[in-house]
Amino acid sequence: MINSGDTAWVLISTALVILMTPALAFFYAGMVRRKNVLSTIMLSVAILALISVQWVLFGYTLAFGPDHAGLFGGLNWLGLNGVGQTPYPGYAATIPHLAFMVFQLAFAVITPALITGAFVERINFPGFLLFTLLWSTFIYDPVAHWVWGIGGWLRNLGALDFAGGTVVHITAGVSALALALIIGRRKGYGKFPMEPSNIPFTILGAFLLWFGWFGFNGGSALSSGGLATSALVVTNTAAAAAALTWMLMSWIHKRPSVLGLATGAVVGLVAITPASGYVSPLSALVIGAVAAVVSYYSILIRVKSGLDDSLDVFACHGMGGITGALLTGVFADKAINSAGANGLLFGNPQQLLIQAIAVLVVAVFSFTVSYILGRVIDAVFSLRARSEEEEIGLDITQHGEAAYS
Amino acid sequence: MINSGDTAWVLISTALVILMTPALGFFYAGLVRKKNVLSTIMLSVALLALISLQWAFFGYSLAFGADRGGLIGGLNWLGLNGVGQAPNAAYAPTIPHLAFMVFQLAFAVITPALITGAFVERINFSGFLVFTFLWATFIYDPLAHWVWGVGGWLRTLGALDFAGGAVVHISAGLAALAVALVIGKRKDYGKIPMEPSNIPFTVLGAFLLWFGWFGFNGGSALSSGGLAASALVATNLAGAAAAITWMVISWIHKRPNLLGLATGGIAGLAAVTPASGFISPLSAMAIGMVAAIFCYYMIIFRVRVGLDESLDVFACHGIGGLWGVLAVGLFAEKAVNAAGADGLFFGNPGQLGAQLIMAASVALFSFIATYILAKVVDAIFVLRVKKNEEEIGLDISQHGETVY
Amino acid sequence: MGFKKIEAIIRTEKLDEVRMAVEGVGIVGMTVTEVKGRGSQKGILLEWRAGEYRVEFLPKLKLELVVHDVDLEKAVEALSAAARTGKVGDGKIFIYSMEDIVRVRTGERGRPAV
Repeated sequence: MINSGDTAWVLISTALVILMTPALAFFYAGMVRRKNVLSTIMLSVAILALISVQWVLFGYTLAFGPDHAGLFGGLNWLGLNGVGQTPYPGYAATIPHLAFMVFQLAFAVITPALITGAFVERINFPGFLLFTLLWSTFIYDPVAHWVWGIGGWLRNLGALDFAGGTVVHITAGVSALALALIIGRRKGYGKFPMEPSNIPFTILGAFLLWFGWFGFNGGSALSSGGLATSALVVTNTAAAAAALTWMLMSWIHKRPSVLGLATGAVVGLVAITPASGYVSPLSALVIGAVAAVVSYYSILIRVKSGLDDSLDVFACHGMGGITGALLTGVFADKAINSAGANGLLFGNPQQLLIQAIAVLVVAVFSFTVSYILGRVIDAVFSLRARSEEEEIGLDITQHGEAAYS
Repeated sequence: MINSGDTAWVLISTALVILMTPALGFFYAGLVRKKNVLSTIMLSVALLALISLQWAFFGYSLAFGADRGGLIGGLNWLGLNGVGQAPNAAYAPTIPHLAFMVFQLAFAVITPALITGAFVERINFSGFLVFTFLWATFIYDPLAHWVWGVGGWLRTLGALDFAGGAVVHISAGLAALAVALVIGKRKDYGKIPMEPSNIPFTVLGAFLLWFGWFGFNGGSALSSGGLAASALVATNLAGAAAAITWMVISWIHKRPNLLGLATGGIAGLAAVTPASGFISPLSAMAIGMVAAIFCYYMIIFRVRVGLDESLDVFACHGIGGLWGVLAVGLFAEKAVNAAGADGLFFGNPGQLGAQLIMAASVALFSFIATYILAKVVDAIFVLRVKKNEEEIGLDISQHGETVY
Repeated sequence: MGFKKIEAIIRTEKLDEVRMAVEGVGIVGMTVTEVKGRGSQKGILLEWRAGEYRVEFLPKLKLELVVHDVDLEKAVEALSAAARTGKVGDGKIFIYSMEDIVRVRTGERGRPAV
């Protein structure tokens, strides 16, 4: 039976999560050079359009349709056939099935958009579109089924991922690493500075992401009550803890920077995502702080290694997601969510093992398939813009536009 | 009886729709020259303040008050007298009457703000305020009554407009065309480039509009359940399908560009507005795709004829709205909304007739009344700034501010 | 011995290469200004919402450097080699004679002030 309060909460959460993709566009665009601002925004918002359609036509059914061997969903809901205004109790008993579908759509959209940070300023737009479409179909949709689909094998194993630590952040972070390896460094990377062109845009984007994350995690309760409230509280707490931790670390190294604080916040939000429906506020504090430390040093190592994962998708989302997914196995507490499980600290060490399996499987699968997919598309359609296009800037050369007059 | 879930949804939807007017301010401001950025934002946000008051004093009563001859509401709710926390069963039985009123306020605010795209960079601010105040009173309020008011003649006729394809988009689009004709081209239009000063602002505005549109269409269910979910899904899909289609068209012509993708999204959202509560998701996709094609070529045509309807309010909202209102007559199905009707594709050609009558009457009324109103206001209060004020830029000459 | 002022209009994307090239011949100091201009390249067509519009002035960078007469040729050579793509729109270099130079911090004039 439809509950109007639950439906209201999931619908507004959907709007919030859809807003996160344009927010991400600004978060990323502020960190690139002026000649690539529009191109960077374009990558994210084109995905909003493209994957919205993909999801409705066949993505949703591949992810959530009736199970085949625990690996992917069947084609029963192709073109949303049979997905209507009445609830589908298997997923959410008190909201319209369409509401569940569109809430999940927002996640399917933002995940490939996260990856774009790995290859900004040098990506070839047509190759990118094709890559994204195939990535969503062959990586996102199956992994979403494994973890969240009824019958999915990781779900059956008991792996906990409240709002997408594995499905969203680990898949995106690890795929970003694969793509950065394939596409190579930006021209002049390491030789001359790649100055961020508009840090206020990045801050605006980061805090619109923070805002949207209340829908991302809170909405994942799929109902409006104690669990949604708890998820929202821990979301804010983890973000705050990570932001402060990051600021302190950069202060110890030199000076407290706003770009650092914003990055820390996003990392905290990433890390709490899988845990948000299972942990207490104080656990969230720890998860946020630990994730900030892990991601901070991941960035330093990444820079030292000379790898140009340009906007640190792996360090922030990959490492943040892994940290969060593992810590879920430590801090999960049935007192918070009886549908969840207890973690290591609450006397169930096995949950940590299950979380580790989920992390490992999703990471290896995403990396391997992304790498192969990236290689094939690069060979056939080219993933990298021509050297001269990259030098002049993608805004003019790929899109025929200039950000500012 | 008040339902707390329905009320929560309509209240947050109201907030989303009110956010759309500042969002529109940025959407438009990024497309004008640097010297007119603040002036362009000012036009939208000043309306948020002005029409909020107009609506509470008498606008709401004119639009939704007790019917007079199917044409206008009475003055029984003047100053929100009698509009309280108890529901008004005729409009929305499960939310406070005040919630329905303020949700409708957000629509009354954004509609005249849409028109401002027609005359940016040359509008005289005081003339603009007078024009808008009168436009809201003599054009928006009656039209809202015709289509949505109990007893309104188009509502009685059975014409369907879920969230304002006729009331908001056709009325604003046609009004924009009329004012553009009255006010004339920007100085040196067609001779010198009118470079957009900040495309990221436009994109920010466009996607805040997209976000707000979930409240615009989803909230128009006036309840939180299957219909709201269905409207929200249709909204996102039409926006997405139109954005992609627009990108493909511009790619065929030359290159896939961000400004085009964002514009396409808005055209799709405008077109699905009247249909969003009556159609299936796949129909929404079709409506979005067709909207992108119509609106794209209308811009090309508008530029070719040399009309300086500066930010293509007619091409995007007028044409998008007209197509959407007619599309209701094609794609509507009672299986989606029992309170709606079936369209042509579901065996009821009569609905298309009702939609045609609504589209034509709203378009004609808005165009003619706006043209007359603009001419009168121009004669008495002047709609256009002086030539040197336009050259210097309206930020300095009208508002004494500089943007960056 | 005299000084010359080099004023170069270059493509925006060539700044770092030019900076490294002149640094390679021992010239560190320079002033960079974002400018707009046009030459035989004239304007370019950019994408509007539908169709295109022409931009008449293109963004360029103006570099100003002061060098000793003896360094002039190698500086100009390094600069133009780094800034060149061979296509229309590579820019121009203007060379002026200098009257005098003052270092604001110390009041030094002439050669030590460079």
